[in-house]
Amino acid sequence: MPDISAWFNDLLSGNLIFTPTTLGYYWTGLVTTTQLVFLSLVIGLVLAVPLAIMRSSRRKWISLPVYVYTYVFRGTPLLVQLYIIYYGVVFFDGIQQSFLWPIFREAFYPALIAFTLNTAAYTTEIFRGAIKATPKGEIEAARAYGMSQGLMMRRIIIPSAFRRALPAYGNEVIFMLHASAIASVVTLMDLTGAARYVYSRFYTPFEPFLFVALIYLCLTFAILFFFRFLEKKLLAHLKPQTL
Amino acid sequence: MKKLLSVSLIGLTVAAASTAQARDYDHVRIGVDVPYVPMEYRTAEGDLTGFDIDLGNAMCEQIGVTCEWIEQEWDGIIPGLLSRNYDAVMSSMTINDERRQQVLFSDPYITMPSAWFAASDLDIDEANEETLEGLTIGVQRGTLQDNYVTDKYSSVANISRYSTADDMVLDMDAQRLDIVFLDFPIGQSTLVENDNGDYTIVGEQITEPKEYFGDGFGIAFRQRDEALAEKFNEALATLKEDGTYDEIYARYFGEK
Repeated sequence: MPDISAWFNDLLSGNLIFTPTTLGYYWTGLVTTTQLVFLSLVIGLVLAVPLAIMRSSRRKWISLPVYVYTYVFRGTPLLVQLYIIYYGVVFFDGIQQSFLWPIFREAFYPALIAFTLNTAAYTTEIFRGAIKATPKGEIEAARAYGMSQGLMMRRIIIPSAFRRALPAYGNEVIFMLHASAIASVVTLMDLTGAARYVYSRFYTPFEPFLFVALIYLCLTFAILFFFRFLEKKLLAHLKPQTL
Repeated sequence: MKKLLSVSLIGLTVAAASTAQARDYDHVRIGVDVPYVPMEYRTAEGDLTGFDIDLGNAMCEQIGVTCEWIEQEWDGIIPGLLSRNYDAVMSSMTINDERRQQVLFSDPYITMPSAWFAASDLDIDEANEETLEGLTIGVQRGTLQDNYVTDKYSSVANISRYSTADDMVLDMDAQRLDIVFLDFPIGQSTLVENDNGDYTIVGEQITEPKEYFGDGFGIAFRQRDEALAEKFNEALATLKEDGTYDEIYARYFGEK
């Protein structure tokens, strides 16, 4: 173990920018970015499935509210949403005394809320498109079996919609990772925040930003492989047949 | 490879920067980070004003050049100078050794202590490792206050870093921050003399150690623009002699 740390210190000696301290910042940044993106995607996905079903409903009073929500969140920049949620909430009188304050006091939760609402809006629209695109034949076959609307949704429409939505959703995951780079405007030390800190401390833009760009690239590759794996293995039986 | 890439990127930036290749400046672009009351800020009408702005304009007039102020966020202000987005930085920048490696400083034109500010009910007399333990400290990213707090207190307290002093004051009002560390007159005017909350200075004004707090505020130039820096130094000396400096000082800080 001492060997490794000696080797490591040796490797880092003679440069000011990649020190154990700054690498520690990058590590904190990586952890924050991963947590933020992962949690917002999971919660966003859980929200998006029922919202997409509501959005595909023929009843206006069910689909319209969801449409308004997705329209607002897709129609405004994420940065603006983040500012409103982080700085805007404090203008409500008495928020500091309310039970919500422990959540809004930290920068992490307002950022998580903004990211979640944003990704849920996009994911809702992705799924809604996939649900709409269900082949007529599948629905007719389900009806012919006497399936109820609910059963048909659960067994036929949702699973095949998932398959169709997967490539578009993979893109959304990558976009979300990249969009998370704005978290540092609300004092979060994410990957970009770490790079900005090192940049402003050592006045060197290239090293820190190139370094985190590489980390983002690696993360993106991991996401790409994960989705390719999902598409190939888990949902192979739903793959469009080429015969 | 990395070096090659940086070199070519720098090359691109230089090529993209405007035409001010000449060593003799008749037009000086000055980078400034606003707002930073009372050093540099905009009036309600939108005019740029403040101690730095008035003094800078007076110096330019003295030298006989036209000046243009270019706004730039603090954390990119030195890289912006080096990549020729502007020719000088006059933005409450403290002269210290770390920055001297990157830029050339004029003579100091004002010295300014730093200070801790907190809500009056925080109830601590002095900022040290014990009193700051577990608190959230606000600083502006990349400032000497940031460096000082990071090196000294990052193990005991949480540090929140902001791009602008404004955002920091907003979060102070929101009670997200327990205490902030910033230039004394800025804290005085944005927190203590502001009626949004009840704030007070904690402990004494701080000017030591010099390693962090440097030798006062200076105008930063690119290393090779020695002639330009010399002109500003001469102008500063003249303005101090003929009383213009004192007049501008009194405008923002009262009589000496």
